[in-house]
Amino acid sequence: MPNMDPKKCPMPSQDPNVRNKNFEEVALGYTAEMAVNEAQRCLQCKNHPCRSGCPVDIDIPGFIAEVAKGDFEAAYQVIAKSSALPAVCGRVCPQENQCEGKCIRGIKGEPVGIGRLERFVADWHRENVHTPAAKPEPNGHKVAVIGAGPSGLTVAGDLAKMGYKVTIYEALHVAGGVLMYGIPEFRLPKDIVQKEVDGLKELGVDIECNMVIGKVLTIDELMNDYGFEAVYIASGAGLPRFMGIPGESLKGVYSANEYLTRVNLMKAYKPDSHTPIMKSKAVAVVGGGNVAMDAARCAKRLGAENVYIVYRRGMAELPARKEEVEHAEEEGIIFKTLTNPVEVLGDEDGWVKGMTCVEMELGEPDASGRRRPIVKEGSEFELEVDTMIMALGTSPNPLIRSTTPGLDADKHGCIITNGPDGLTSRPFVYAGGDAVTGAATVILAMGAGKEAAKAIDEAIKAKNS
Amino acid sequence: MFKIVKRRELNPTVTELVIEAPLIAKKAKAGQFIIIRAKADSERIPLTIAGYDREGGTVTIIFQVVGGGTMELNSLAEGEYVHDFVGPLGKATEIEGLKKVCVVGGGVGCAIALPVAQALHAQGTKVVGIVGFRDKDLVILEDEFRACCDELIIMTDDGSYGRKGVVTVPLEEKLSGGETFDEVITIGPLIMMKFVVKTTRPHNVKTIVSMNPIMVDGTGMCGGCRLTVGGQTKFACVDGPDFDGFEVDFDEAMHRGTMYKEFEAHARDKACNLFKKEVE
Repeated sequence: MPNMDPKKCPMPSQDPNVRNKNFEEVALGYTAEMAVNEAQRCLQCKNHPCRSGCPVDIDIPGFIAEVAKGDFEAAYQVIAKSSALPAVCGRVCPQENQCEGKCIRGIKGEPVGIGRLERFVADWHRENVHTPAAKPEPNGHKVAVIGAGPSGLTVAGDLAKMGYKVTIYEALHVAGGVLMYGIPEFRLPKDIVQKEVDGLKELGVDIECNMVIGKVLTIDELMNDYGFEAVYIASGAGLPRFMGIPGESLKGVYSANEYLTRVNLMKAYKPDSHTPIMKSKAVAVVGGGNVAMDAARCAKRLGAENVYIVYRRGMAELPARKEEVEHAEEEGIIFKTLTNPVEVLGDEDGWVKGMTCVEMELGEPDASGRRRPIVKEGSEFELEVDTMIMALGTSPNPLIRSTTPGLDADKHGCIITNGPDGLTSRPFVYAGGDAVTGAATVILAMGAGKEAAKAIDEAIKAKNS
Repeated sequence: MFKIVKRRELNPTVTELVIEAPLIAKKAKAGQFIIIRAKADSERIPLTIAGYDREGGTVTIIFQVVGGGTMELNSLAEGEYVHDFVGPLGKATEIEGLKKVCVVGGGVGCAIALPVAQALHAQGTKVVGIVGFRDKDLVILEDEFRACCDELIIMTDDGSYGRKGVVTVPLEEKLSGGETFDEVITIGPLIMMKFVVKTTRPHNVKTIVSMNPIMVDGTGMCGGCRLTVGGQTKFACVDGPDFDGFEVDFDEAMHRGTMYKEFEAHARDKACNLFKKEVE
């Protein structure tokens, strides 16, 4: 008999006023008892709509049935068939728009907490099972992957399981991509990312850090001189965008990428870190996506008294996940929506001392379907801040497309692919993740990696048959 | 891990390291840079490549101790290893087709000016070198410059070696004396490059400057190294580090460069105290 509680079992989490001063994980995770209870809310319905919402097609009812029985390792094995990074996805996927958004329990109440269960299962496995994954039989074929972020790790994991010898080339000094430099510790502990990366190494994947492909080696060299039969480009989103308003070069203006990289990758939040970061009193984060929420919550934890999210549309239009917005609000982040900065103000020494903003109102929907923000006449006001963080998205990194002849990119610089299989304009060169889509989510990047792994396998088999 | 195959002190605050990095050595070109991390928890420091040996598989870097990071780097001995070494990053200096060039270097920037002068010399370009230092003790790489410059002018602020004065004095003399250059390439402190540009602008001689702003990743991700060039935001790590000097907003770059001055000073003092303790 299913558990008919209309609400999800709540996620135990750190008190907002405690956690906004530390970098430890916010959500503490289910206990075994909570997990079994929550799993019993699943009706095991025939059509399993949840599954169609998962970009990597996890057998969701299958793993939940095992959790309900209390067989957590069996549940893990079900997930592991489809996902290389369950502990990551259980934490950072936008489940409300994916699996949980399609759950029929969600029609009359709250959907099954699929993300929370996935996280529980992955964490349980990591803490309780220590047998290394079996190394697959090598098939004698080599594939190179550029970028050790979610997309690259996924394609590498899937191909390694099929017997391919995979080498991942990573530009930074650690593997993980945005999971390491972007998403903060309190949302995704770096130990967990490291464990997932170690899992891939156990499968026989080689990870070479400090390798900027396009500079130290080109794709043509990888294919001609190093014997890789296919290459998957997952080099990520690239350079931050700025607004182009006066004062953006003042001291105290960061891109979210820089701010988060300093905090997460370079550990600037630790007192003994060698990496400097502003000791801010009042911070304005410009933008409304998940990256903006992450930056704001980091700034608060670093000791800023007032942290503002400044966004030109309304609360309803914030592109960030609802959960992230709620967490930010609980932690005391102040939302200045329908507000747009027009100038950054500096003091005589060139430090940010505030910004001039205008109020906005929403007009007719624009090409993106969202209502276009319009400036309210005469609404200028000043907001006193000493730090500004621009979280306005990115434009693709030019290093690979500018050094790979015949690799087509669109007018924004995103690599053009054939469709979901990720084939580019060059034979045996595939691409996926943010390098193709522009800044998007971890799970979409993983989904692209999954599709590409299948396509690469088929292409190499076809060539050799 | 990358081995330090040779270590040499060029002057009391400037050190040269020759690092074993065969893949980078194969691709490096004058004007490009690398990112180095001394130890597992060190900062990422961008340093312009001072030389490379394609056959020997080494890359040479020269740095001045300015903060905690460079101090840590300076503490490594010959035979030890740096934790991370990545490159070659940025675009190489464009030298093709140049017939006569004036290379102007200042202080530790001369370390970066040298490979440019050498590359020019190797392709048959006539090279006039003007290098400036604070005083005689800080003069570096004189022999190396002599070997690749058709004319070399050494300047010191206090006149303790070469001519007394700043680099723009002989540059102005040459330009107003009617000497012509296809290009002036200048590498050194921002304030020096700003004044080199001020000197060349009235004579309308194309001037290339090598910018070395604050960076974190250095691969086109963080955006920390942004500059305003010709009114547009440019990133030194992927669009540079070389830019048209007439277009660069130097005042802004100088302001931004001081952002972590206090932290650097603090880190340096902290590191100094640590070393002192070790000595005691």
